[in-house]
Amino acid sequence: MLLVYCPYCQVERPETEFSCRGQAHIARPADPDTVSDEDWVEYLYLRDNTKGVYAERWRHIHGCGRFFNAVRHTVSDDFLAFYKAGEPMPDLDTLAKEAGK
Amino acid sequence: MSQPFRTEKGGRIDRGDQLTFMFDGEQMQGHKGDTLASALLANGVHLVGRSFKYHRPRGIVTAGSEEPNALVGIYRKGDQTPNLRATQVELYQGLEAISQNRFPSLSFDVGAVNDLLSPLFPAGFYYKTFMWPKSFWDRVYEPIIRAAAGLGRPPKNPDHDSYGNIYEHCDVLIAGSGPAGLAAALAAAETGAKVILCDEQAQFGGSLLSEANATIDGKAAGDWVSGTIAKLSAMDNVTLLNRTTAFGYFAHNYIALAERVTEHMSDPDPKLPRERLWQVRAKEVVIASGAIERPMVFPENDRPGILLADAGRTYLNRYGVKVGHKVVVATACDSAWQAAFDLNDHGVEVAAICDMRETPPESLVSIAKARGIRVEAGCVVTGTLGRKRIKAALIGRLMTSGQVASGGQIDCDALLMSGGWTPTVSLYSQSRGKVVWDQDKGAYVPGVSVQKERSVGGAKGLYGLQATLEDGYAAGEQAAKAATGKSAAVTRAVASGGEAGSGGTLGAIPHDRNPARVKAFVDYQNDVTAKDVKLAVREGMQSIEHIKRYTTTGMATDQGRLSNMNALQIASGALERPVTQVGLTTFRLPYTPTSFGLFAGVSRGDFFDPVRKTPSHEWAVENGGVFEDVGQWKRTWYFPKSGEDMHAAVARECKMVRETVGLFDASTLGKIEVVGPDAAEFLERMYTNPWKKLAPGRCRYGLLLNDAGFIVDDGVMGRLAEDRFHITTTTGGAPNVFATMEDYLQTEWPDLDVWITSTTEQYAVAAVQGPKAREVIAPFIEGIDLSAEKLPHMSVRECTFAGVPCRLFRISFTGELGFEINVPKRHGKMMWETLAKEIEKHNGVPYGTETMHVLRAEKGFIIVGQDTDGTVTPHDAGMSWAIGKKKHDFVGKRGLERPDLVAEGRKQLVGLLTKDPKVKLEEGAQITSRGAPKTGTPAEGHVTSSYYSPALDRNIALAIVKNGQALEGKTLYVPMPDGSIEVEVTSPVFYDKEGARLNV
Repeated sequence: MLLVYCPYCQVERPETEFSCRGQAHIARPADPDTVSDEDWVEYLYLRDNTKGVYAERWRHIHGCGRFFNAVRHTVSDDFLAFYKAGEPMPDLDTLAKEAGK
Repeated sequence: MSQPFRTEKGGRIDRGDQLTFMFDGEQMQGHKGDTLASALLANGVHLVGRSFKYHRPRGIVTAGSEEPNALVGIYRKGDQTPNLRATQVELYQGLEAISQNRFPSLSFDVGAVNDLLSPLFPAGFYYKTFMWPKSFWDRVYEPIIRAAAGLGRPPKNPDHDSYGNIYEHCDVLIAGSGPAGLAAALAAAETGAKVILCDEQAQFGGSLLSEANATIDGKAAGDWVSGTIAKLSAMDNVTLLNRTTAFGYFAHNYIALAERVTEHMSDPDPKLPRERLWQVRAKEVVIASGAIERPMVFPENDRPGILLADAGRTYLNRYGVKVGHKVVVATACDSAWQAAFDLNDHGVEVAAICDMRETPPESLVSIAKARGIRVEAGCVVTGTLGRKRIKAALIGRLMTSGQVASGGQIDCDALLMSGGWTPTVSLYSQSRGKVVWDQDKGAYVPGVSVQKERSVGGAKGLYGLQATLEDGYAAGEQAAKAATGKSAAVTRAVASGGEAGSGGTLGAIPHDRNPARVKAFVDYQNDVTAKDVKLAVREGMQSIEHIKRYTTTGMATDQGRLSNMNALQIASGALERPVTQVGLTTFRLPYTPTSFGLFAGVSRGDFFDPVRKTPSHEWAVENGGVFEDVGQWKRTWYFPKSGEDMHAAVARECKMVRETVGLFDASTLGKIEVVGPDAAEFLERMYTNPWKKLAPGRCRYGLLLNDAGFIVDDGVMGRLAEDRFHITTTTGGAPNVFATMEDYLQTEWPDLDVWITSTTEQYAVAAVQGPKAREVIAPFIEGIDLSAEKLPHMSVRECTFAGVPCRLFRISFTGELGFEINVPKRHGKMMWETLAKEIEKHNGVPYGTETMHVLRAEKGFIIVGQDTDGTVTPHDAGMSWAIGKKKHDFVGKRGLERPDLVAEGRKQLVGLLTKDPKVKLEEGAQITSRGAPKTGTPAEGHVTSSYYSPALDRNIALAIVKNGQALEGKTLYVPMPDGSIEVEVTSPVFYDKEGARLNV
């Protein structure tokens, strides 16, 4: 069971308090009518399947209920960063280097 | 003396405490401190089981949890727990054990004919033999194979024990309490770090408990252990867990421990659990799991009486048991020599030490010579004689040519063997670490740490008592420092004796026998021989993963801790590739077999899943309601009167709702309060329908899609004020709708000023439906005008019901005049009982979910998830009217424009009427365009809902059918095993198409 840090509650808690909601930073297009069919399908269904550092969405569903983002190494399951929704994605390469991954 | 193989003195058993136990109905004696295995050996019993495939007689091989043969059933509380390892079962007064996999008895087993027929059972024989005919697979072959193979029988009754669960955090967890583990615990504990030390055995001390010669700080090894444990147990920061196996190492240093609490007691406190699951989050872990000895793969190496040398030493020094009176020691390394010397000290005749090595260390040879023990160097065991117990060992001489020359036979009643040592890397491997091959040690050892752990001592291939202690102290200090930043000076103990030996061998031992006629076992438990591994390679298996699955080597309860390295070496030879290129299978949890009860814990019976009850629950029970499970909810299905079956009860309920009035508990519907200046804008974006112009006091049906354009939920939204909506969701969809709304609100539209709150549990809801509904509720409603003019269909008001605050919806899921009364949940029972009494005056009935389903189906109202399946759009469901045409955007709008969603040939919701009104379709049945379609014809659709409709006095159904809306009036078919059923496609609205009954 992973240990997850909620940046709103500022506590580390076991994974069972959270739910993982897939890849982060996939914004719903602001004006869907102008989006091509291909791009809409991309938005709906296509996600990266990274072996390595990966930014994903988590929700502290049995805590504060807030959504936030985390950078996780998909092989080791180590978390490299946690940040609030709306904050920019950190540079994944830099994070990976710092962590020696 | 009833225990002919008990030593005169020594051992850690309590000789003053004699215990009586039963094995296969025979009464025997042992002592407190014995395991079942040591007590059996003390009584001269080696034969304890029959092997898996060939039913060969098998004896105790080890003294630990890796035991492959001595699997027994233990009777307790009137039932039997199978497949327990006799080497781990602690003896208690009255213990009752049985051997397994034999018929009619252990001594005479008819299954042993398999051994004579063994040429028929090579590796993979199941796959080769039981192929044809196919019809025999599940009716003939499987029952026979299952009856003949396998080990113990499962218990007959539900588990009568309870199981505990503890969550724990610590700075340093140490798995294993041999010299390295104890030293690590001392060093870590001294810093003040919170330490947990666990060991799978009853006593702490590991290999030190079997040590007769070495001393630590001048004390006997066992005494040093006792002193160390006393010191540790006096420290508040140390938790000592014996009988506790670290069986799983998960991500983020999360370790699962299984503590056996009562199984070793003859009369345990019934309040105690049988086992306790410890879920430990450790900042740092020290793996001190030690090493285990390898068997030697020589022909007939599985006779009862053949044990690992270290096991022989353990039985002698720890349990005071001699494995035989005349023992041959076969070895390829130094450590087994000590076993011979220890036995010799206790007066056991050591018939010979046969060492594979041409020149064993002179220091050992001279000791043996001084004791008068025959030493055979460059000598191997090439076979054994005896049936249920070894009688003699055949020996052979290794010649420089690589051939083996016969060396005669040596009589004996026990044989100790040692092929060298294999580090126990299971936990390291579970922590996702990759093992690396150490050529010098001839073993796989832990490589780089992936998690915060370190292996010490034997677990990383480091041997010798002094070196192991040093390693343990260093690891304990290091782990505590890493966890807490603190260090402390700890006085390090100094050992004398217990030096590391050298030597070892891997793979099959060369011999001079006919290779086609002899069996040399690699994996005892699964009856895998050296020949089988070679055969697997000949038949094309290249990877060790394939060889493992083809031969089942390494798939025993020890996960191949005994067999893997020998199998690897044999495969490597057959493949003509170095061991490192053959690969190694991954060790997975659990480390040793772990009971299901431990994982289930208290999640059994009533505690398996929460039960949610509605406010009418008790009333429904008292009034004969029949319940159905809807998710976690218990809902009343129907209310039969005496003598009524379900069909009759539902027909009566339906009829009465349409004629007079019915009362239904709708409390399970999901409810969400949407509040804020942007509440209408938020719903405008979430739901397909337009919301901004909905006047306060009015309701609207809402359809929720996902962004792909498919229906995911529906409900009715009541606008209570400009900035406040009370919305409902389906019963099952409530949590998901709420989570989806939070998601869009928090991450896509954080600019909207809206709060949403789940209020499902806050309200009790009674639906009063039928022509008399208004008359039923009128006496209790205060503060509003209930007339059709003032409160038309699809309205909502805040008022009081019998004096309590109430939200009254005029809505209908039946097609009749209807109201849904929401009161605070604490008043739910009062509301239900009040209304239940009132409807009687109007000849009304309470009704359940089945009637609700029939009534809604008569009206063609969909149930999301039953009539839709996640690929149905509003257009497919005939609900284009629910889409706000002028809306710029809503969730799913863009999705609905995708080419596949606007293409021809989509499946659409329709009604079906069977040509014969008495015939009821089966829900889920497939629909075709021809009466007798050829096999393989794709279906046109399927039946989603099917009921007998009392209002129409015929059967009706809903279905989704390709191009269904254009097929109205056409005939389709529902092929069933006894012929096709003809159906006519109709509108999904069967009753009161104009909706006249609603607007009264």
